[in-house]
Amino acid sequence: MTPPNTSLAEALRPQAPVGTYRLFAAGAHAGLQDHLEAFGPLDIEAIGPDFIRVLEASGLTGRGGASFASWRKMAVTAESRSAGILPARPVVIANGAEGEPLSFKDRTLLANAPHLVIDGLLVANRAVAGSQMYLYAASGSLDEAAPAIAERPAARRIRLVQAPEAFIAGEASAAVNAIATGAARPLDKRRRLAESGLKGRPTLVLNVETLAHIGLIARYGADWFRSAGSPADPGTRLVTVSGPGPAQVQEVAGNAALGVILRDAGIDARSLSAVLVGGYHGRWVRPLDYRISPAGPDGQTVRPGAGVIHALPADQCGLAATARILSYLAGESAQQCGPCMFGLPAMAGVLNRIASGEPNPRLTGELNRLGKLVSGRGACHHPDGTVQLVSSALDIFADDVKAHLTGRCLRQGGRAA
Amino acid sequence: MSDSLHIDWTKCDGRGLCTELLPALLARDDWGYPVPRRSRSGNRTDVPVSAGSLEAARDAVQLCPKLALSLVHERNNKRA
Repeated sequence: MTPPNTSLAEALRPQAPVGTYRLFAAGAHAGLQDHLEAFGPLDIEAIGPDFIRVLEASGLTGRGGASFASWRKMAVTAESRSAGILPARPVVIANGAEGEPLSFKDRTLLANAPHLVIDGLLVANRAVAGSQMYLYAASGSLDEAAPAIAERPAARRIRLVQAPEAFIAGEASAAVNAIATGAARPLDKRRRLAESGLKGRPTLVLNVETLAHIGLIARYGADWFRSAGSPADPGTRLVTVSGPGPAQVQEVAGNAALGVILRDAGIDARSLSAVLVGGYHGRWVRPLDYRISPAGPDGQTVRPGAGVIHALPADQCGLAATARILSYLAGESAQQCGPCMFGLPAMAGVLNRIASGEPNPRLTGELNRLGKLVSGRGACHHPDGTVQLVSSALDIFADDVKAHLTGRCLRQGGRAA
Repeated sequence: MSDSLHIDWTKCDGRGLCTELLPALLARDDWGYPVPRRSRSGNRTDVPVSAGSLEAARDAVQLCPKLALSLVHERNNKRA
Protein backbone atom coordinates (compact mmCIF):
# COMPACT_ATOMS: atom_id res chain seq x y z
CA MET A 1 0.00 0.00 0.00
CA THR A 2 1.40 3.38 -0.98
CA PRO A 3 1.28 6.15 1.60
CA PRO A 4 -0.75 9.22 0.64
CA ASN A 5 1.26 11.78 -1.30
CA THR A 6 1.65 14.77 0.98
CA SER A 7 4.38 16.58 -0.93
CA LEU A 8 4.19 20.35 -0.92
CA ALA A 9 3.45 20.54 -4.66
CA GLU A 10 0.47 18.23 -4.24
CA ALA A 11 -0.79 20.13 -1.23
CA LEU A 12 -0.65 23.41 -3.15
CA ARG A 13 -2.47 22.04 -6.17
CA PRO A 14 -6.01 23.36 -6.30
CA GLN A 15 -8.87 20.90 -6.15
CA ALA A 16 -9.87 19.42 -9.48
CA PRO A 17 -13.18 20.83 -10.73
CA VAL A 18 -16.14 18.89 -9.38
CA GLY A 19 -19.24 18.10 -11.43
CA THR A 20 -19.71 19.24 -15.01
CA TYR A 21 -18.44 22.82 -14.62
CA ARG A 22 -14.90 22.29 -15.84
CA LEU A 23 -13.70 24.15 -18.89
CA PHE A 24 -14.76 27.61 -17.73
CA ALA A 25 -13.83 27.05 -14.07
CA ALA A 26 -11.12 29.74 -14.25
CA GLY A 27 -13.77 32.37 -14.95
CA ALA A 28 -14.57 34.65 -17.87
CA HIS A 29 -11.63 35.71 -20.06
CA ALA A 30 -9.21 33.87 -17.77
CA GLY A 31 -5.65 35.15 -17.94
CA LEU A 32 -2.65 33.01 -17.01
CA GLN A 33 -2.94 33.88 -13.30
CA ASP A 34 -6.65 32.96 -13.11
CA HIS A 35 -5.89 29.80 -15.06
CA LEU A 36 -3.11 28.69 -12.70
CA GLU A 37 -5.13 29.55 -9.60
CA ALA A 38 -8.07 27.49 -10.81
CA PHE A 39 -6.26 24.49 -12.26
CA GLY A 40 -2.75 24.56 -10.80
CA PRO A 41 0.48 24.21 -12.75
CA LEU A 42 1.02 21.64 -15.47
CA ASP A 43 4.46 20.11 -15.96
CA ILE A 44 4.55 19.94 -19.76
CA GLU A 45 8.12 18.57 -19.78
CA ALA A 46 6.93 15.48 -17.89
CA ILE A 47 4.53 14.54 -20.71
CA GLY A 48 5.72 11.82 -23.09
CA PRO A 49 4.33 9.09 -25.35
CA ASP A 50 2.88 7.29 -22.30
CA PHE A 51 0.25 10.04 -22.11
CA ILE A 52 -1.49 8.31 -25.04
CA ARG A 53 -2.36 5.43 -22.66
CA VAL A 54 -3.82 7.92 -20.17
CA LEU A 55 -5.92 9.43 -22.95
CA GLU A 56 -7.10 5.97 -23.96
CA ALA A 57 -8.17 5.28 -20.38
CA SER A 58 -10.06 8.58 -20.28
CA GLY A 59 -12.24 7.61 -23.26
CA LEU A 60 -12.14 11.16 -24.65
CA THR A 61 -13.67 11.48 -28.12
CA GLY A 62 -13.20 14.40 -30.51
CA ARG A 63 -15.46 17.36 -29.88
CA GLY A 64 -15.26 18.77 -33.40
CA GLY A 65 -17.99 16.65 -34.96
CA ALA A 66 -16.80 13.16 -35.84
CA SER A 67 -16.44 11.97 -32.21
CA PHE A 68 -13.44 9.82 -33.13
CA ALA A 69 -11.38 8.38 -30.23
CA SER A 70 -8.73 11.05 -29.62
CA TRP A 71 -6.07 8.65 -28.34
CA ARG A 72 -6.28 6.59 -31.53
CA LYS A 73 -5.53 9.59 -33.75
CA MET A 74 -2.62 10.41 -31.48
CA ALA A 75 -1.32 6.83 -31.54
CA VAL A 76 -1.41 6.62 -35.36
CA THR A 77 0.40 9.96 -35.60
CA ALA A 78 3.07 8.82 -33.14
CA GLU A 79 3.53 5.53 -35.03
CA SER A 80 3.81 7.29 -38.40
CA ARG A 81 6.59 9.41 -36.95
CA SER A 82 8.89 6.41 -36.69
CA ALA A 83 7.99 4.92 -40.11
CA GLY A 84 10.01 5.50 -43.27
CA ILE A 85 13.64 6.05 -44.09
CA LEU A 86 13.74 9.74 -43.28
CA PRO A 87 11.28 10.06 -40.42
CA ALA A 88 9.45 13.39 -40.39
CA ARG A 89 8.38 14.84 -37.06
CA PRO A 90 4.66 15.36 -36.65
CA VAL A 91 2.65 18.55 -36.87
CA VAL A 92 -0.13 19.27 -34.37
CA ILE A 93 -3.00 21.56 -35.33
CA ALA A 94 -5.47 23.04 -32.85
CA ASN A 95 -8.62 23.37 -34.94
CA GLY A 96 -10.81 26.27 -33.84
CA ALA A 97 -12.48 26.88 -37.21
CA GLU A 98 -16.18 26.86 -36.51
CA GLY A 99 -17.99 27.28 -39.80
CA GLU A 100 -21.25 25.87 -38.47
CA PRO A 101 -23.56 28.92 -38.30
CA LEU A 102 -25.40 27.62 -35.22
CA SER A 103 -22.23 26.91 -33.21
CA PHE A 104 -20.13 29.28 -31.17
CA LYS A 105 -18.77 27.02 -28.42
CA ASP A 106 -15.22 26.94 -29.83
CA ARG A 107 -15.15 30.72 -30.18
CA THR A 108 -16.44 31.05 -26.61
CA LEU A 109 -13.82 28.62 -25.34
CA LEU A 110 -10.93 30.40 -27.07
CA ALA A 111 -12.13 33.74 -25.72
CA ASN A 112 -12.55 32.54 -22.13
CA ALA A 113 -10.17 29.63 -21.56
CA PRO A 114 -7.33 30.07 -24.09
CA HIS A 115 -4.73 28.72 -21.64
CA LEU A 116 -6.53 25.40 -21.34
CA VAL A 117 -6.45 25.03 -25.14
CA ILE A 118 -2.76 25.98 -25.17
CA ASP A 119 -2.06 23.40 -22.43
CA GLY A 120 -3.77 20.73 -24.50
CA LEU A 121 -1.83 21.68 -27.62
CA LEU A 122 1.49 21.57 -25.75
CA VAL A 123 0.58 18.20 -24.21
CA ALA A 124 -0.51 16.68 -27.55
CA ASN A 125 2.68 17.96 -29.17
CA ARG A 126 4.81 16.32 -26.45
CA ALA A 127 2.86 13.06 -26.65
CA VAL A 128 3.56 12.64 -30.38
CA ALA A 129 7.03 14.27 -30.23
CA GLY A 130 5.82 16.94 -32.64
CA SER A 131 7.93 19.69 -34.09
CA GLN A 132 5.38 22.26 -35.22
CA MET A 133 2.18 23.58 -33.64
CA TYR A 134 -0.58 25.62 -35.20
CA LEU A 135 -3.71 27.30 -33.98
CA TYR A 136 -6.16 27.53 -36.87
CA ALA A 137 -9.21 29.69 -36.16
CA ALA A 138 -11.25 32.65 -37.35
CA SER A 139 -9.52 36.02 -37.02
CA GLY A 140 -11.62 37.09 -34.01
CA SER A 141 -10.60 33.97 -32.09
CA LEU A 142 -6.94 34.45 -33.00
CA ASP A 143 -7.12 38.00 -31.63
CA GLU A 144 -8.47 36.59 -28.35
CA ALA A 145 -5.89 33.80 -28.09
CA ALA A 146 -2.77 35.70 -29.23
CA PRO A 147 -2.16 37.56 -25.92
CA ALA A 148 -2.44 34.25 -24.01
CA ILE A 149 0.13 32.66 -26.32
CA ALA A 150 2.45 35.63 -25.89
CA GLU A 151 2.23 35.25 -22.10
CA ARG A 152 3.85 31.81 -22.16
CA PRO A 153 7.36 31.16 -23.45
CA ALA A 154 6.57 27.49 -24.19
CA ALA A 155 3.65 28.56 -26.39
CA ARG A 156 5.47 31.11 -28.51
CA ARG A 157 6.24 28.48 -31.14
CA ILE A 158 2.54 28.11 -31.86
CA ARG A 159 1.83 29.63 -35.26
CA LEU A 160 -1.48 31.33 -35.86
CA VAL A 161 -3.32 30.72 -39.12
CA GLN A 162 -6.57 32.43 -39.97
CA ALA A 163 -9.50 30.22 -40.98
CA PRO A 164 -12.02 31.61 -43.47
CA GLU A 165 -15.65 31.88 -42.36
CA ALA A 166 -16.82 28.99 -44.51
CA PHE A 167 -18.85 25.96 -43.44
CA ILE A 168 -16.29 23.44 -44.62
CA ALA A 169 -13.19 25.33 -43.36
CA GLY A 170 -13.03 23.25 -40.17
CA GLU A 171 -12.91 19.88 -41.92
CA ALA A 172 -9.56 18.38 -40.88
CA SER A 173 -8.00 18.13 -44.34
CA ALA A 174 -9.34 21.60 -45.23
CA ALA A 175 -7.50 22.90 -42.17
CA VAL A 176 -4.28 21.27 -43.35
CA ASN A 177 -4.81 22.60 -46.88
CA ALA A 178 -5.49 26.11 -45.55
CA ILE A 179 -2.24 26.10 -43.59
CA ALA A 180 -0.27 24.71 -46.55
CA THR A 181 -1.78 26.73 -49.40
CA GLY A 182 -4.22 29.28 -47.98
CA ALA A 183 -7.18 27.47 -49.59
CA ALA A 184 -9.47 25.83 -47.02
CA ARG A 185 -10.69 23.07 -49.32
CA PRO A 186 -10.85 19.40 -48.27
CA LEU A 187 -8.15 17.11 -49.67
CA ASP A 188 -8.61 13.70 -51.24
CA LYS A 189 -8.11 11.07 -48.52
CA ARG A 190 -6.15 8.34 -50.17
CA ARG A 191 -3.69 8.73 -47.30
CA ARG A 192 -4.59 9.54 -43.73
CA LEU A 193 -3.51 12.89 -42.34
CA ALA A 194 -1.97 11.05 -39.39
CA GLU A 195 0.38 9.41 -41.91
CA SER A 196 0.84 12.19 -44.44
CA GLY A 197 -0.63 15.61 -43.84
CA LEU A 198 1.00 19.04 -43.82
CA LYS A 199 4.01 18.93 -46.17
CA GLY A 200 3.82 15.14 -46.03
CA ARG A 201 4.37 15.06 -42.28
CA PRO A 202 2.27 13.00 -39.87
CA THR A 203 -0.40 15.50 -38.85
CA LEU A 204 -2.65 15.49 -35.81
CA VAL A 205 -5.68 17.74 -36.08
CA LEU A 206 -7.64 18.14 -32.85
CA ASN A 207 -10.57 20.42 -32.12
CA VAL A 208 -9.83 23.17 -29.57
CA GLU A 209 -12.39 21.82 -27.10
CA THR A 210 -10.82 18.37 -27.36
CA LEU A 211 -7.47 19.98 -26.51
CA ALA A 212 -8.95 21.82 -23.52
CA HIS A 213 -10.16 18.48 -22.14
CA ILE A 214 -6.66 17.08 -22.75
CA GLY A 215 -5.24 19.99 -20.73
CA LEU A 216 -7.36 18.86 -17.78
CA ILE A 217 -6.78 15.12 -18.25
CA ALA A 218 -3.01 15.78 -18.17
CA ARG A 219 -3.49 17.35 -14.72
CA TYR A 220 -6.15 15.25 -13.05
CA GLY A 221 -6.06 11.93 -14.90
CA ALA A 222 -8.45 9.59 -16.66
CA ASP A 223 -10.54 8.65 -13.60
CA TRP A 224 -11.27 12.29 -12.88
CA PHE A 225 -12.38 12.80 -16.51
CA ARG A 226 -14.71 9.81 -16.17
CA SER A 227 -16.27 11.19 -12.99
CA ALA A 228 -18.76 12.99 -15.24
CA GLY A 229 -20.77 11.45 -18.08
CA SER A 230 -21.44 7.75 -18.65
CA PRO A 231 -19.02 4.83 -19.17
CA ALA A 232 -19.71 4.92 -22.93
CA ASP A 233 -19.62 8.72 -23.17
CA PRO A 234 -17.35 9.98 -20.39
CA GLY A 235 -16.52 13.56 -19.47
CA THR A 236 -18.33 16.72 -20.45
CA ARG A 237 -18.94 18.50 -23.75
CA LEU A 238 -19.84 21.99 -24.79
CA VAL A 239 -23.09 22.49 -26.64
CA THR A 240 -24.46 25.58 -28.34
CA VAL A 241 -28.19 25.82 -27.68
CA SER A 242 -30.31 28.09 -29.86
CA GLY A 243 -33.94 28.55 -30.83
CA PRO A 244 -36.48 30.75 -29.10
CA GLY A 245 -34.63 33.07 -26.72
CA PRO A 246 -30.96 33.98 -26.63
CA ALA A 247 -28.45 31.38 -27.87
CA GLN A 248 -26.02 30.07 -25.26
CA VAL A 249 -23.13 27.69 -24.63
CA GLN A 250 -23.58 25.00 -21.95
CA GLU A 251 -21.13 22.46 -20.59
CA VAL A 252 -23.07 19.22 -20.18
CA ALA A 253 -22.23 15.71 -19.03
CA GLY A 254 -21.61 13.03 -21.65
CA ASN A 255 -24.81 11.15 -22.47
CA ALA A 256 -26.89 14.13 -21.20
CA ALA A 257 -30.65 14.14 -21.71
CA LEU A 258 -31.95 16.46 -24.43
CA GLY A 259 -34.87 17.50 -22.23
CA VAL A 260 -32.55 18.63 -19.43
CA ILE A 261 -30.37 20.64 -21.83
CA LEU A 262 -33.46 22.40 -23.23
CA ARG A 263 -34.88 23.04 -19.77
CA ASP A 264 -31.59 24.51 -18.54
CA ALA A 265 -31.62 26.79 -21.59
CA GLY A 266 -35.09 27.99 -20.60
CA ILE A 267 -36.80 26.25 -23.52
CA ASP A 268 -40.09 24.41 -22.97
CA ALA A 269 -39.84 21.18 -24.98
CA ARG A 270 -43.65 21.06 -25.26
CA SER A 271 -43.60 24.27 -27.30
CA LEU A 272 -41.42 22.73 -30.01
CA SER A 273 -42.11 20.74 -33.16
CA ALA A 274 -38.57 19.38 -33.48
CA VAL A 275 -34.95 19.83 -32.42
CA LEU A 276 -31.95 19.87 -34.72
CA VAL A 277 -29.10 17.99 -32.99
CA GLY A 278 -25.55 18.00 -34.34
CA GLY A 279 -25.91 21.04 -36.56
CA TYR A 280 -26.40 21.30 -40.31
CA HIS A 281 -24.85 17.85 -40.76
CA GLY A 282 -26.96 16.49 -37.91
CA ARG A 283 -30.50 15.23 -37.57
CA TRP A 284 -33.92 16.57 -36.75
CA VAL A 285 -35.49 14.71 -33.83
CA ARG A 286 -38.72 15.11 -31.92
CA PRO A 287 -38.29 16.89 -28.57
CA LEU A 288 -38.44 13.60 -26.68
CA ASP A 289 -36.23 11.92 -24.12
CA TYR A 290 -33.15 11.44 -26.28
CA ARG A 291 -29.62 11.13 -24.93
CA ILE A 292 -26.85 13.13 -26.59
CA SER A 293 -23.99 10.69 -27.16
CA PRO A 294 -21.72 9.50 -30.01
CA ALA A 295 -22.93 5.93 -29.57
CA GLY A 296 -26.08 4.25 -28.32
CA PRO A 297 -29.30 2.63 -29.51
CA ASP A 298 -31.08 4.33 -32.43
CA GLY A 299 -34.26 6.02 -31.35
CA GLN A 300 -32.82 6.75 -27.89
CA THR A 301 -29.53 8.45 -28.73
CA VAL A 302 -28.56 11.29 -31.06
CA ARG A 303 -24.97 12.00 -32.01
CA PRO A 304 -23.81 15.41 -30.77
CA GLY A 305 -21.72 16.27 -33.85
CA ALA A 306 -20.11 19.60 -33.08
CA GLY A 307 -22.50 20.07 -30.14
CA VAL A 308 -25.30 22.01 -31.77
CA ILE A 309 -28.83 21.90 -30.34
CA HIS A 310 -31.35 24.04 -32.21
CA ALA A 311 -34.98 24.14 -31.13
CA LEU A 312 -37.73 24.77 -33.70
CA PRO A 313 -40.92 26.30 -32.27
CA ALA A 314 -44.15 24.49 -33.16
CA ASP A 315 -45.45 27.36 -35.30
CA GLN A 316 -42.48 27.21 -37.68
CA CYS A 317 -42.33 24.96 -40.72
CA GLY A 318 -39.55 22.38 -40.47
CA LEU A 319 -39.53 21.89 -44.23
CA ALA A 320 -39.05 25.59 -44.88
CA ALA A 321 -36.28 25.65 -42.23
CA THR A 322 -34.56 22.61 -43.78
CA ALA A 323 -34.89 24.05 -47.29
CA ARG A 324 -33.12 27.22 -46.15
CA ILE A 325 -30.34 25.17 -44.53
CA LEU A 326 -30.00 22.97 -47.62
CA SER A 327 -29.71 26.02 -49.90
CA TYR A 328 -26.97 27.31 -47.62
CA LEU A 329 -25.13 23.95 -47.60
CA ALA A 330 -25.35 23.69 -51.39
CA GLY A 331 -23.73 27.12 -51.60
CA GLU A 332 -20.98 25.99 -49.22
CA SER A 333 -19.79 23.15 -51.47
CA ALA A 334 -16.07 23.63 -52.05
CA GLN A 335 -16.85 23.16 -55.78
CA GLN A 336 -14.29 20.39 -56.11
CA CYS A 337 -16.28 17.16 -56.27
CA GLY A 338 -18.93 16.80 -58.99
CA PRO A 339 -21.54 14.87 -56.99
CA CYS A 340 -21.50 17.60 -54.30
CA MET A 341 -21.13 20.57 -56.65
CA PHE A 342 -24.13 19.53 -58.77
CA GLY A 343 -26.03 17.19 -56.45
CA LEU A 344 -26.56 19.50 -53.49
CA PRO A 345 -28.02 22.40 -55.53
CA ALA A 346 -30.30 19.87 -57.26
CA MET A 347 -31.47 18.57 -53.88
CA ALA A 348 -31.96 22.12 -52.59
CA GLY A 349 -34.06 22.92 -55.66
CA VAL A 350 -36.37 19.95 -55.08
CA LEU A 351 -36.74 20.57 -51.34
CA ASN A 352 -37.53 24.25 -51.96
CA ARG A 353 -40.28 23.16 -54.37
CA ILE A 354 -41.74 20.91 -51.66
CA ALA A 355 -41.42 23.65 -49.06
CA SER A 356 -43.21 26.13 -51.31
CA GLY A 357 -46.16 23.76 -51.63
CA GLU A 358 -45.84 22.53 -55.22
CA PRO A 359 -48.47 19.76 -55.50
CA ASN A 360 -46.24 17.19 -57.18
CA PRO A 361 -46.14 13.79 -55.43
CA ARG A 362 -42.98 12.78 -57.33
CA LEU A 363 -40.82 15.38 -55.59
CA THR A 364 -40.07 13.30 -52.50
CA GLY A 365 -39.01 10.31 -54.61
CA GLU A 366 -36.70 12.57 -56.59
CA LEU A 367 -35.22 14.01 -53.40
CA ASN A 368 -34.53 10.50 -52.11
CA ARG A 369 -32.99 9.46 -55.44
CA LEU A 370 -30.63 12.45 -55.43
CA GLY A 371 -29.69 11.77 -51.82
CA LYS A 372 -28.72 8.19 -52.65
CA LEU A 373 -26.81 9.40 -55.71
CA VAL A 374 -24.51 11.84 -53.88
CA SER A 375 -23.84 9.91 -50.68
CA GLY A 376 -20.43 8.31 -50.14
CA ARG A 377 -19.00 10.21 -53.10
CA GLY A 378 -16.66 13.08 -52.24
CA ALA A 379 -13.36 14.05 -50.67
CA CYS A 380 -15.17 14.92 -47.43
CA HIS A 381 -18.47 14.13 -45.76
CA HIS A 382 -20.28 17.30 -46.80
CA PRO A 383 -22.66 15.37 -49.11
CA ASP A 384 -23.23 12.62 -46.52
CA GLY A 385 -23.93 15.05 -43.69
CA THR A 386 -26.32 16.98 -45.90
CA VAL A 387 -28.17 13.83 -46.97
CA GLN A 388 -28.51 12.78 -43.33
CA LEU A 389 -30.12 16.11 -42.45
CA VAL A 390 -32.57 15.92 -45.36
CA SER A 391 -33.60 12.33 -44.72
CA SER A 392 -34.21 13.10 -41.04
CA ALA A 393 -36.41 16.05 -42.11
CA LEU A 394 -38.47 13.86 -44.47
CA ASP A 395 -38.92 11.42 -41.61
CA ILE A 396 -39.71 13.82 -38.74
CA PHE A 397 -41.77 16.21 -40.86
CA ALA A 398 -43.58 13.44 -42.80
CA ASP A 399 -47.02 14.90 -42.03
CA ASP A 400 -45.84 18.32 -43.17
CA VAL A 401 -44.57 16.80 -46.42
CA LYS A 402 -48.00 15.24 -47.11
CA ALA A 403 -49.73 18.55 -46.44
CA HIS A 404 -47.28 20.49 -48.61
CA LEU A 405 -47.83 18.13 -51.52
CA THR A 406 -51.49 19.21 -51.42
CA GLY A 407 -50.47 22.87 -51.26
CA ARG A 408 -51.07 23.33 -47.53
CA CYS A 409 -48.73 23.94 -44.62
CA LEU A 410 -49.53 22.68 -41.13
CA ARG A 411 -47.74 25.66 -39.60
CA GLN A 412 -47.49 29.33 -40.46
CA GLY A 413 -51.26 29.80 -40.72
CA GLY A 414 -51.85 26.99 -43.21
CA ARG A 415 -50.17 28.43 -46.30
CA ALA A 416 -47.09 26.83 -47.75
CA ALA A 417 -44.26 29.36 -47.80
CA MET B 1 -11.14 -8.82 -52.26
CA SER B 2 -7.95 -6.87 -51.79
CA ASP B 3 -7.81 -4.25 -54.56
CA SER B 4 -9.87 -1.16 -54.91
CA LEU B 5 -10.07 1.68 -57.37
CA HIS B 6 -9.76 5.01 -55.59
CA ILE B 7 -11.54 7.99 -57.12
CA ASP B 8 -10.04 11.37 -56.28
CA TRP B 9 -13.22 13.45 -56.58
CA THR B 10 -11.24 16.68 -56.32
CA LYS B 11 -9.64 15.80 -59.69
CA CYS B 12 -12.48 13.96 -61.43
CA ASP B 13 -14.13 16.04 -64.13
CA GLY B 14 -16.71 13.52 -65.32
CA ARG B 15 -15.09 12.79 -68.69
CA GLY B 16 -16.43 9.25 -68.44
CA LEU B 17 -13.60 7.18 -69.90
CA CYS B 18 -13.49 5.01 -66.78
CA THR B 19 -17.17 4.18 -67.10
CA GLU B 20 -16.59 2.97 -70.68
CA LEU B 21 -13.63 0.81 -69.67
CA LEU B 22 -15.30 -0.56 -66.54
CA PRO B 23 -19.02 -0.86 -67.29
CA ALA B 24 -19.39 -3.69 -64.77
CA LEU B 25 -17.99 -1.49 -61.99
CA LEU B 26 -19.06 2.03 -62.85
CA ALA B 27 -22.21 3.74 -64.10
CA ARG B 28 -22.61 7.48 -64.69
CA ASP B 29 -24.68 9.91 -62.68
CA ASP B 30 -26.91 12.76 -63.91
CA TRP B 31 -23.85 14.93 -64.48
CA GLY B 32 -21.51 12.36 -66.00
CA TYR B 33 -19.49 11.43 -62.93
CA PRO B 34 -18.78 7.77 -62.15
CA VAL B 35 -21.15 5.96 -59.78
CA PRO B 36 -19.80 2.70 -58.33
CA ARG B 37 -22.30 -0.09 -58.83
CA ARG B 38 -21.13 -1.80 -55.63
CA SER B 39 -19.69 -0.37 -52.44
CA ARG B 40 -18.35 -1.44 -49.09
CA SER B 41 -20.37 0.03 -46.22
CA GLY B 42 -21.50 3.08 -48.15
CA ASN B 43 -18.01 4.15 -49.27
CA ARG B 44 -18.34 4.89 -52.98
CA THR B 45 -14.92 6.49 -53.31
CA ASP B 46 -12.93 3.25 -53.01
CA VAL B 47 -14.53 0.81 -55.43
CA PRO B 48 -13.90 -2.92 -54.91
CA VAL B 49 -12.19 -4.44 -57.98
CA SER B 50 -12.57 -8.18 -58.67
CA ALA B 51 -9.65 -10.10 -60.18
CA GLY B 52 -11.43 -10.23 -63.54
CA SER B 53 -11.66 -6.44 -63.75
CA LEU B 54 -8.14 -5.71 -62.55
CA GLU B 55 -6.63 -5.35 -66.03
CA ALA B 56 -9.36 -2.96 -67.20
CA ALA B 57 -8.98 -1.02 -63.95
CA ARG B 58 -5.25 -0.61 -64.65
CA ASP B 59 -6.13 0.75 -68.09
CA ALA B 60 -8.60 3.19 -66.57
CA VAL B 61 -5.92 4.46 -64.15
CA GLN B 62 -3.49 4.93 -67.08
CA LEU B 63 -5.98 6.59 -69.39
CA CYS B 64 -7.93 8.89 -67.05
CA PRO B 65 -7.25 12.34 -68.54
CA LYS B 66 -7.53 14.01 -65.11
CA LEU B 67 -5.29 11.51 -63.27
CA ALA B 68 -8.15 11.04 -60.83
CA LEU B 69 -7.88 7.27 -60.43
CA SER B 70 -5.48 5.05 -58.52
CA LEU B 71 -5.39 1.40 -57.57
CA VAL B 72 -5.06 0.73 -53.88
CA HIS B 73 -3.90 -2.63 -52.67
CA GLU B 74 -5.76 -2.87 -49.40
CA ARG B 75 -3.99 -3.23 -46.18
CA ASN B 76 -6.46 -2.37 -43.50
CA ASN B 77 -7.94 0.69 -45.08
CA LYS B 78 -9.41 2.40 -42.04
CA ARG B 79 -9.38 6.16 -41.86
CA ALA B 80 -8.58 8.21 -38.80
